[in-house]
Amino acid sequence: MSEETSIDIDYVATLARIELTDEEREQFSSQLEDILDYFERIKAVDVAGIEPTAHAFPIYNVWEEDVPEPGLSPDEALLNAPEQRGNQIVVPKVVEDA
Amino acid sequence: MKDYEAVIGLEVHVQLKCDTKMFTRAAYRFGEPPNTLTNPVVMGLPGTLPVLNKRAIELSIQTGLMFGCHIAEVCKWDRKNYFYPDQPKNYQISQFDQPICIGGVVEIELPGPARNVMGEHREVKLTRIHLEEDVGKLTHYENGSLVDFNRAGTPLIEIVSEPDLFSAEEAAAFLNAIRLNMIYAGLSDCDMEKGQMRCDANVSVRPVGSEKLGIRTEMKNLNSISGVRDSVNYEIRRQSKVLEKGGEIFQETRRWNAEQGYTVALRSKEEAHDYRYFPDPDLMPVRVSREWVDCLHAKLPERPFDRQRRYLKDFGLPFTMASVLCQNSELGNFFEEAVTKCNKPLEIGNLVANDLLRELSAGKDAESQGLVLLPIKSGHVAELVKLVEEGVISRQIAQDIFPQMFQTGESPSTIVEKKGLRQTTDMAEIEGVCARIIAENPKPVGEFRAGNEKAINALKGGVMKATRGKANPAMVDKLLRKLLA
Amino acid sequence: MSDLYYQSAAELARLLEKGEISARQLMQSVIDRTHSVEEKIHAFLRFDPDEALVEAEKSDQRRAAGKSLGSLDGIPIGLKDLICVSGQGLTCGSRILENYVSPYDATCAARLKERGAILWGRLNMDEFAMGSSTENSAFQTTCNPWNTECIPGGSSGGSTAAVAAGETIAALGSDTGGSIRQPASLCGVVGLKPSYGLVSRYGLAAFASSLDQIGPITRTVEDSALILQAIAGHDARDSTSFKAHIPDYQAALKAPPRRWKLGLPREYFAEGLDPEIRQAVEKAVDFYKNEGCEIVEISLPHTELALPVYYILAPAEASSNLARYDGVRYTHRSERAEDHVDLYFKSRGEGFGQEVKRRIILGAYVLSSGYYDAYYLRAQKIRTLIRNDFMDAFKKVDALITPVSPTAAFKIGERLDDPLSMYLSDIYTLSINLAGLPAISVPCGFTSKKLPVGVQIIGQPFKEAEMLSIANLYDSTHRFGMEHPEL
Ligand SMILES: [Mg+2]
Ligand SMILES: [Zn+2]
Repeated sequence: MSEETSIDIDYVATLARIELTDEEREQFSSQLEDILDYFERIKAVDVAGIEPTAHAFPIYNVWEEDVPEPGLSPDEALLNAPEQRGNQIVVPKVVEDA
Repeated sequence: MKDYEAVIGLEVHVQLKCDTKMFTRAAYRFGEPPNTLTNPVVMGLPGTLPVLNKRAIELSIQTGLMFGCHIAEVCKWDRKNYFYPDQPKNYQISQFDQPICIGGVVEIELPGPARNVMGEHREVKLTRIHLEEDVGKLTHYENGSLVDFNRAGTPLIEIVSEPDLFSAEEAAAFLNAIRLNMIYAGLSDCDMEKGQMRCDANVSVRPVGSEKLGIRTEMKNLNSISGVRDSVNYEIRRQSKVLEKGGEIFQETRRWNAEQGYTVALRSKEEAHDYRYFPDPDLMPVRVSREWVDCLHAKLPERPFDRQRRYLKDFGLPFTMASVLCQNSELGNFFEEAVTKCNKPLEIGNLVANDLLRELSAGKDAESQGLVLLPIKSGHVAELVKLVEEGVISRQIAQDIFPQMFQTGESPSTIVEKKGLRQTTDMAEIEGVCARIIAENPKPVGEFRAGNEKAINALKGGVMKATRGKANPAMVDKLLRKLLA
Repeated sequence: MSDLYYQSAAELARLLEKGEISARQLMQSVIDRTHSVEEKIHAFLRFDPDEALVEAEKSDQRRAAGKSLGSLDGIPIGLKDLICVSGQGLTCGSRILENYVSPYDATCAARLKERGAILWGRLNMDEFAMGSSTENSAFQTTCNPWNTECIPGGSSGGSTAAVAAGETIAALGSDTGGSIRQPASLCGVVGLKPSYGLVSRYGLAAFASSLDQIGPITRTVEDSALILQAIAGHDARDSTSFKAHIPDYQAALKAPPRRWKLGLPREYFAEGLDPEIRQAVEKAVDFYKNEGCEIVEISLPHTELALPVYYILAPAEASSNLARYDGVRYTHRSERAEDHVDLYFKSRGEGFGQEVKRRIILGAYVLSSGYYDAYYLRAQKIRTLIRNDFMDAFKKVDALITPVSPTAAFKIGERLDDPLSMYLSDIYTLSINLAGLPAISVPCGFTSKKLPVGVQIIGQPFKEAEMLSIANLYDSTHRFGMEHPEL
């Protein structure tokens, strides 16, 4: 395993908001490092002057006019809500202050 | 003790005047019951995809043109990834490295030394303007927080200034100028109470004379202009004090407590921001042609400060009047139309800036109604001024009939004729009334004769009242003096 | 008449049209077959025979009233469980969506409904389409009908197994790196991935947005054309949907055969290809030669980079696409959460399976600060090179012929602990997604162990009609997809 392909699994899991068990953390670390090693081969390619492809067939100016269309009723919108109150989604209190 | 100077950069979020959301055609309005303005895309349901709102793009381009930005030939869409309960997809579609508008300046007007004296004007540099989607709204109760997604996905532009503001007063002026221009051009209503304009302020201080920027703090979601002014002032004082005592400023986000007037550092559990921006694969780029830009440009009004300059110079209006007339593009148009029909800018300015605005604000929804929809016509205002100039009616009568013109849209001459308000210039008739008033009011007569010049006003008033305002005031003055001599 | 459940959709459409069978009769046949074999196959996550029969009766009534909705009216079609149908569940093979009900129809589902197709059941898949064996489903492992100890391929393994086992007449799957073609090949059925943008993705729960396409899984190429006809075409709800003219695909099949110029990319016949697979594919190539087609060896020099590029781009997009499954609005919510941040960690930790977590973490990593340029941006640039390889090849040939999967179906559990070897299953399919091309997997025989083998025909962008015509030249004379496993 090369030095540069080490992965800070806790940092990335935090970014991705995924709780990992100790087992998963260990298993993923080694698997992901194998995968990153495998990725090393892309570094040998000369990509100077090559445009990145974001879309296989880019087209421009796909849009709609600013005209409202019917949407969901609150009941439909909250059909699958884990917890609701007065047509709003309930989440644990979001507190930001010290 | 060292002197410190502040360096401020602002990021201003402004909701665009659209009927639907940025990436889907769910309706948007302010103040609707919770979660009534959603659809599967707004809720971020599995399988949903974004589709651009063309009008939002046009309004963004027009915003850029108002501020002299370079409009990008091609712009694209990126995802800003972060988790928050008010954000349905846990990424915000925004523009990262290819925003729609680049550079530009906002001309600001600082307060003058007195209300009727214009303050300094200065151009503040912009970094960019990009287009993105708004988030939903969180409210808190004792045991939790509630999420309403009505606002989620609303078209929002972010106007990012360079660190090119140097006082809280300038920051406030910057916001005022953005508001003025955007409302003026019909791009946004910028109602800060409705959250249609919000501001993040980056503030740092440095010793006067230093070139290097200090460490900055960021205050997020300031929702009033006074909030920006007060929080920036507080932060400048706080940072200066810390540095004076040899302390250190930390790069952090601080919240402005508007009720108690201080800022406090946010202690959040979240990691350093790593938004993992990447191009949104669900959206195609936008290509903006020269012709499109020209066409959008042609639809924009003259910029308000340009117009104000013109009114001061070409029409010789006093600053306060020019400033009032340039708050609203339709008001200015109305004024100028009237002036082309009667070249008396000061008199017309007076009627428009005072009488017309008074009537407008008396009516309930008047402001949103738009002047063109009102019955009153610019030609009638011009005609009214002409009637005064030609001595057909007095100034007083002109003011008296203005509300009726405003309400009914009738021409002033029609009203004057109908009500028989034509000014009397019949010398004999007026002289008779003057003689009667002199006879009935010995007290002011005595005072005037004793040398109290002002006492004649009471007599004039009496004559005007007796003639129901129809007597020519100059003639009344002349006749009274003749009879009293 | 042989069993209805094993007829092709095209044949059934003829029988329905002539009034020789009723839609109800057909539906009942499929339901009975499903009841009798499903416990060996585990292809379905859910199905509702009563509702299906009601729909079948409506179809019969329409037909009786002379208001038939066309050749799909009354044909049962199964949907992979990541395509939304209003009022129905949608799990994406994941615990995190276990109780989710969609309030809207995917565009492709709506188009099938409009044409009278009976949406028959929800088919198993690897969780969020991440996998090549359908073992990553949170609910069950689907078995290959040709050998129930083997995997059916994936991620659309439920769809391909159901078609192969006669539990549905056809199905829709989704293909991000081979997820229609590889399981089609392993189950001995026809699987088509359209050009990127031909079929609307609206209502398809996204895995990797720039690669995902919905496509038909059928027993014949003719059926593939029939269903593609129904679902292809521009959709204003999908900004990446292409405004292409949609030709008459079935008519294209009937056009007189041409002497196609077909390319064999040498990189696809190199090391790692199972000799039995090679043999079967080469036999198909010989057939084309005998039909007068010109076979040209060509090179796609960047082929070996496709796998790393794919496994950078797809997880990156997925890490963002799957962020919405968070425990807030509609997914599983952890009961252990102490605050709103914790809610995310625990809900996602509990709701996602291993492979999904692995790919989200990989994707978040390649996008994270300091790594974006080295991985994501570089991968996008190499994607350009891979695409250019194909475009260069199409200057010389009409289409390409390759294997679909380097091996036939492998044993359940065999590759579970080695993600990288699992990822190699898609080595011949994922370049096509990177380039946005259409490709079809057509059954071309069996291994000595009687496991199906498929041949892949790769077409030019939006030239599905030509590609189908080439595929049909072979399929109409071989019909390996009409052979049936013993169950
Ligand atoms: Mg910002
Ligand atoms: Zn912003």
